[in-house]
Amino acid sequence: MSGFMKRINWQLWAGFVLSLFAGLSYPLLLSDWELTRDYAWANLAMFAPAMVLLILGLRRAFKPDKRLVSKIFGSLAAAFGVSLLAGLLFLVFVAFRWLPESAGAPQVGQKAPDFTLTDVNNKPVTLVQLLSEPINNKPPGAVLLIFYRGYW
Amino acid sequence: MKALTDAGIRPVAISVDKPEKTRVKMVQEAGYTFTFLSDPELEVIRRYDLVHAEELASGKDIARPAEFLIDPAGTIRWRMVTENFSVRARAENILEAAKGLP
Repeated sequence: MSGFMKRINWQLWAGFVLSLFAGLSYPLLLSDWELTRDYAWANLAMFAPAMVLLILGLRRAFKPDKRLVSKIFGSLAAAFGVSLLAGLLFLVFVAFRWLPESAGAPQVGQKAPDFTLTDVNNKPVTLVQLLSEPINNKPPGAVLLIFYRGYW
Repeated sequence: MKALTDAGIRPVAISVDKPEKTRVKMVQEAGYTFTFLSDPELEVIRRYDLVHAEELASGKDIARPAEFLIDPAGTIRWRMVTENFSVRARAENILEAAKGLP
């Protein structure tokens, strides 16, 4: 066992696998939960040990007794891990905030501009209609307009 | 969404998608039962100043995410115009905001 652990650069492997998981679990899994989606902290936290392991692995790969292939492989693995971290940081801190200003959007207390749009059955629907048509046989208490990006 | 309709709040979703697309994606595949409206010409999205012009992923003009709670008189009582794609309104925020309504 200890011979095996000595032979393979386990820090490098572990760091590589952990950064792979930390980078991919956000888009694949954690973005479904509101708490982790809003802040992505779980993923960024996972990157901390991943980076430590990668550095340890890299130092080990560059020891004088190591062959060239271990140096190349070590560098590739570390570079991949770092680019995953950079990608997540970019996504969370830059790309998610690339939104135009909406200074003219209606404010709280203002009248919502009326409109007529078509529903999924190509039937025209107005805001006034939505505000008055009953829900479960009771007049609606409010309408929640949700503007979303859609599928295009 | 069920919690919203139980509280008398009607969710209405608006996007640039055509009615056919929304019917397939949202009603048939995702199984949503609330109202979906199509604004392919961005007529209403523009009136609400929510156009995201040449959005990066699509290269098209689409709506930025935003939510408005409107009372029966047509007055906006609460809104969320997010500054971050990943941060959206949660049902509990909306229910909290709706408590103040008559």
